[in-house]
Amino acid sequence: MNPQENDILTALYAVKDPEIPTISVVDLGIITNIHCENGMAQITMTPTFTACPAIKILQEEVKNAAEALDFVEQASVMIDYSTPWTSDRITDIGREQIKAHGLATPARLNGKEADIDTIANTNCPHCGSAETSLNILFGPTLCRSMHYCYHCKQAFEAFKPI
Amino acid sequence: MTQTAIKDLLYKMGDDALILGHRNSEWTGIGPTLEEDIAFSSMAQDKLGHALACYTILHEHLGEPNPDTITFGRTAQDFRCSHLVAIPTTDYEIALVRHFLYDHAEILRYQLLQQSTFRPLAQLATKIKGELKYHVLHADTWIKQLGNANDETAQMRLQTALNELWAYALGIFEPSEHEALLQTEGVFVGEAKLQDSWYESIKHILTQTNLQIPSIETTPIYGGRKAYPSEHLAPLLQEMASVYQLDPTAEW
Repeated sequence: MNPQENDILTALYAVKDPEIPTISVVDLGIITNIHCENGMAQITMTPTFTACPAIKILQEEVKNAAEALDFVEQASVMIDYSTPWTSDRITDIGREQIKAHGLATPARLNGKEADIDTIANTNCPHCGSAETSLNILFGPTLCRSMHYCYHCKQAFEAFKPI
Repeated sequence: MTQTAIKDLLYKMGDDALILGHRNSEWTGIGPTLEEDIAFSSMAQDKLGHALACYTILHEHLGEPNPDTITFGRTAQDFRCSHLVAIPTTDYEIALVRHFLYDHAEILRYQLLQQSTFRPLAQLATKIKGELKYHVLHADTWIKQLGNANDETAQMRLQTALNELWAYALGIFEPSEHEALLQTEGVFVGEAKLQDSWYESIKHILTQTNLQIPSIETTPIYGGRKAYPSEHLAPLLQEMASVYQLDPTAEW
C-alpha cells in the first residue's frame, strides 16, 4: 500500500455504518481494496448482506471521504463479491464498537458455518451473562438476531455470525 | 451457446428469488406472531437481494437489460420461475412448507455453484449460502416444532400443505435443454443431481417429525422454466409492477 492509499484508508475510518453508527467501514471489514495512482482512487467494497440497504449510502460516503483528500481528483467505488464478507472480517476494535452500540458480537466461525448453537450461545451485551436464549433468528436489520437475558431480564440484539 | 445456458440458469434463480421474496413480503404487518412477521419480512428482503445479485450478473457480464427493467419490464411468459413460488399465500402452513421445501433446494444449489467455472456466480454463491443458512435454520425449527406438536390440527394442516405443494416443489428441478452443456462446461452439476441432494436433505428433517413424506415418484408440475408460467404469476406481476408501469422512464 503506497502512502496515498494509506491516507485514504485512514480517512475511511471516519465513514460509519448508518445502522451501527459506532463502527467504521474499515473495522466492519467491508473495504477489500484501495488503489490510488495519479489522483485516481479505486476502492472496492464487499457488502455484509446481499440485500443490505445501506450499501448505496456507504458507497457514496466512501467516495466523498476519498475525494475530500487533496491528492484525490476522482474516486470510484466498486461493489464486488470476489472477497466475500463474513463476520470474522470485523476487527477487534470493530467488535468493541459493536458492543458500544449495545449489540452482542458474533461468535468467530473460523471458516465453519454458523449453526443454531453458535447463534444461541451469546452473552448479554449489557451484563455479560451467558444465561440467555435465542428468540428469533431475524431482527430489525438483516445482520441482527434477537435474544433474551435471564439475568438482567432484558431483550437484546446480536450481530449475526455469518 | 454456453452464454445462453448460463443466462437461462441465472434467470430461473433470480426469478424464483424475486417471486418468493414478493410472496414472503405479503406477511409484513400481518404475520401470525410478531417474530414470524419479522422473519418472513427479513427473508423477503434477503430474497430480493439475491434476485438483484443474479440480475446484476446478467446485466454486467451477459449483456442483459438493467435489473429494474428485468424485474418490472417483463411479462409472465418471460419469467422462468417455478410454479411453486407463485402460489398465493393462502395460509401460514402454505408459506412455511413452501419456505422449507424451496430453501433446502436453494441453499444446496448455491453450495454446488461455489465450484462453478463461471466465476461471478461462484463468488456470489459463496456469499449467499451463508445468508440462506438462516432461512433453512428458521424453516427446520418450525417444521420440527409443529411437525411434532401434540396437536392434531397442527399436524394435519402441515401434512395437507406438504401433500398439496409436493408436486410443485418437484417442479423446481425441471430440467432445461442446457443440462448436459452446463455439466460439461463445469458451470452447474444439473437439476437431477440437485433434486437427489434436496430429497436427502428434507428427508433428514421430516423423519424427525410425525409427517409423512410424499412419494418422490409423484409427477412434478413443470412448465415454469419453459415459458408456461403459473396462472398466479401474471396477477402478481401486475401488482408488483403497477407503480413502475405508470411511467417506466421515471427517475427515482
